[in-house]
Amino acid sequence: MVVEMQDPKSGVRGSEQKLNVTSIPHVITGHDVIAWISTKMKTTTEEAQAFGTMLVAYGYIYPLLNHKKLVMCNDTSLYRFQTPYFWPTHQWVAEDSDYAIYLAKKNIRKKGVLEPFEQAHYNHLHDWLNHKWDFVVMQATEQHKAGKERKKPDRVVFDCQERAYWVVNRPSRHTHSAMDCGPDRLIDPDAQNLSFDHYRRLNMFYQQAIMRSKVKSSVSLGALVKYVTTYKNHDPFLAPCLPSNPWQTDNDTYWTLNMRRVDVPTKMRVERWSFSLFELLTDLRGRDDFKVFLKKEFSGENLAFWEAAEELKWGTASSMLTKAETIFKTFLAPGAPRWINIDGRTMGLTVKGLEHPHRYVLEAAQTHVFLLMKKDTFFRYLKSPVYKDMQKKALSPEAHSFSPAQLEQNAQRRNPGIHPIILWQQEEAEKAKAAAASAPVDVKAVMSKIDRKK
Amino acid sequence: MRSPLIPEMATQEVQLNETLAHLKTESETLKTKLEEERAKLHDVELHQVAEKVEGLGQFVMKTRRTLKGHGNKVLCMDWCKDKRRIVSSSQDGKVIVWDAFTTNKEHAVTMPCTWVMACAYAPSGCAVACGGLDNKCSVYPLSLDKNENLAAKKKSVAMHTNYLSACSFTNSDMQILTSSGDGTCALWDVESGQLLQSFHGHAADVLCLDLAPSETGNTFVSGGCDKKANVWDMRSGQCIQSFETHESDINSVRYYPSGDAFASGSDDATCRLYDLRADREVAIYSKESIIFGVSSVDFSLSGRLLFGGYNDYTINVWDVLKGTRVSILFGHENRVSTLRVSPDGTAFCTGSWDHTLRIWA
Repeated sequence: MVVEMQDPKSGVRGSEQKLNVTSIPHVITGHDVIAWISTKMKTTTEEAQAFGTMLVAYGYIYPLLNHKKLVMCNDTSLYRFQTPYFWPTHQWVAEDSDYAIYLAKKNIRKKGVLEPFEQAHYNHLHDWLNHKWDFVVMQATEQHKAGKERKKPDRVVFDCQERAYWVVNRPSRHTHSAMDCGPDRLIDPDAQNLSFDHYRRLNMFYQQAIMRSKVKSSVSLGALVKYVTTYKNHDPFLAPCLPSNPWQTDNDTYWTLNMRRVDVPTKMRVERWSFSLFELLTDLRGRDDFKVFLKKEFSGENLAFWEAAEELKWGTASSMLTKAETIFKTFLAPGAPRWINIDGRTMGLTVKGLEHPHRYVLEAAQTHVFLLMKKDTFFRYLKSPVYKDMQKKALSPEAHSFSPAQLEQNAQRRNPGIHPIILWQQEEAEKAKAAAASAPVDVKAVMSKIDRKK
Repeated sequence: MRSPLIPEMATQEVQLNETLAHLKTESETLKTKLEEERAKLHDVELHQVAEKVEGLGQFVMKTRRTLKGHGNKVLCMDWCKDKRRIVSSSQDGKVIVWDAFTTNKEHAVTMPCTWVMACAYAPSGCAVACGGLDNKCSVYPLSLDKNENLAAKKKSVAMHTNYLSACSFTNSDMQILTSSGDGTCALWDVESGQLLQSFHGHAADVLCLDLAPSETGNTFVSGGCDKKANVWDMRSGQCIQSFETHESDINSVRYYPSGDAFASGSDDATCRLYDLRADREVAIYSKESIIFGVSSVDFSLSGRLLFGGYNDYTINVWDVLKGTRVSILFGHENRVSTLRVSPDGTAFCTGSWDHTLRIWA
């Protein structure tokens, strides 16, 4: 791309520029470069400027006047194309010894006056490359002599190019360099001598992939579009969130209205529960409402089982055995207090699996229960008075409209909110209370307690 | 004098080479057949289906907060479920927890290694996990006491044979999923540090991963330097789907909010969308003027917008359905290394090599 830019006919318009006594050929203005990029790549001026800055940052183009600031300005600042010799695409590393030679040469030419950071580098290199120092000085002197023999304009140009190269490759401290890079990748995928085993496994994978059932594009893409349409009004980037986006107005009412344990949720939140059972259960406030409905129907055991299975799946490895036992006793054993009604085959498999429990032992039963809730209970919930009441009660906050003065005030008094650790502790306390309240009643214990009181 | 070559060994070696070559050709044939099968069901393009969807208006997205405090390149960040706190990590080993809304720094930890490339906030909000060149993933429980030394309670969980590139908690604080430069991903039990499952299949460094937001929550996707994006079953450790259409390292993968698709960002300067049910790539987000690699991607809440952080210091916002670029954002002074949308979709955060983090809304 840079080569194209230099084409004398269609490239950026160049011109001669007088600098001090000598004139420097092939100089371009920032403005022209940006205009050319803009037209060629059909972008906005802003974007062309960003691209131009990249070209400068990587050293393909260098500024003439303010040579340390590597940005492209959209004005009459002057730039020149760097000679291909110094292009980073060659990928040879800018060696320390080369840098030492450059600094030594500069030292000779400027008779010991270097920039402070260059001086620091020079001292450091002098120590580090001490064994080679004679060689460095010799090279520097040679180059300096050769330079003197060139014509002045050529020499000035070359000096500028060289200086620009080193500004890119050895930037001063506190400047952000485009040449920075992260750690190298460890394994080179192309250098792999792939084994027999690898190909066997790969072929098996391909065969399975070929056999796997796939869905027609029109169906699956249609589903993606449908998802976007369903959630369109809930996306803060597409529709305004009410009363206002906290990041934009510095007012966090939106978050306080949508906290975990509000008495009355917002209309948008209640609407979102109707999108899928997954949404309803993921929002713990929604799950609470669903539990209210289930209690009325005396069918809370399915959800309780599902929650217990989740606890098992995501819990610590050490708690697995005890959890599995409790779940068996509460939900699956014959005559269990919260016995779930699943088909015989799944029940059989699950009970057998529980003899040697692992974290996915309840997968089949959990999926069965979830599907039951999804296909039946969920829809009945949406038509129930519990849900419809909630829809009526739900809040519809008015949009905020803050004056600039009020926005300023908001910014000064941002609410720190409640720390998540405190919220977590509150949640755990609530869960413990709920568990105690809903524990299966031990009839014998109650009876004997009553007896003792008499 | 050289010993004579044993004839049987020679023929055995020749046989082995023949079988290897045979397997290689079989591999190529199967790969082509898979592409054919995928193409058979491809009856429509995404932008065609999206024709009846209304276009997007103009967007005004600005930097709302700039978080300054890291002394070196910011490499990774993650949101807390409370929608306002974030954790970020940088090259000099510092991990900072911020309340991004007030811009206060709440906790800071110094890791014993540099290049902390991965960090994650626990779902409970009570801990953070991080790791990098130390090849480990460590969990630090957070405390309400500002003076407490968090490093004292540090727990070493994951152990890889090379650098940690990404980590994520699953649905609870008790399990962590990690990916590493050693080419593998792994699932760990936090309490005991036990390895629960390992995932082998990438032929080079694995750079990123994301857990599926589905009802079952049993799958995740990973992207690597072998240009492949693999979908894994967490229960069996098997790779169940694989996509190889990128032309360079995949730096970031993120699931579409419905869990039926995922996007990837790569050094080849493109973002791509893969449909899991149709088992193919369905969109490429690229422009002739974008020649720098994508470091990270994330979707807006509805999945309509895809945000990409690029190495040319900019952020490009794409219309996922129509395939066009909606907006380009400037502001960072060095490459954007990480980008995440907040849990309620009200903003997104970017971290950059210019030592700062920015919140955009």
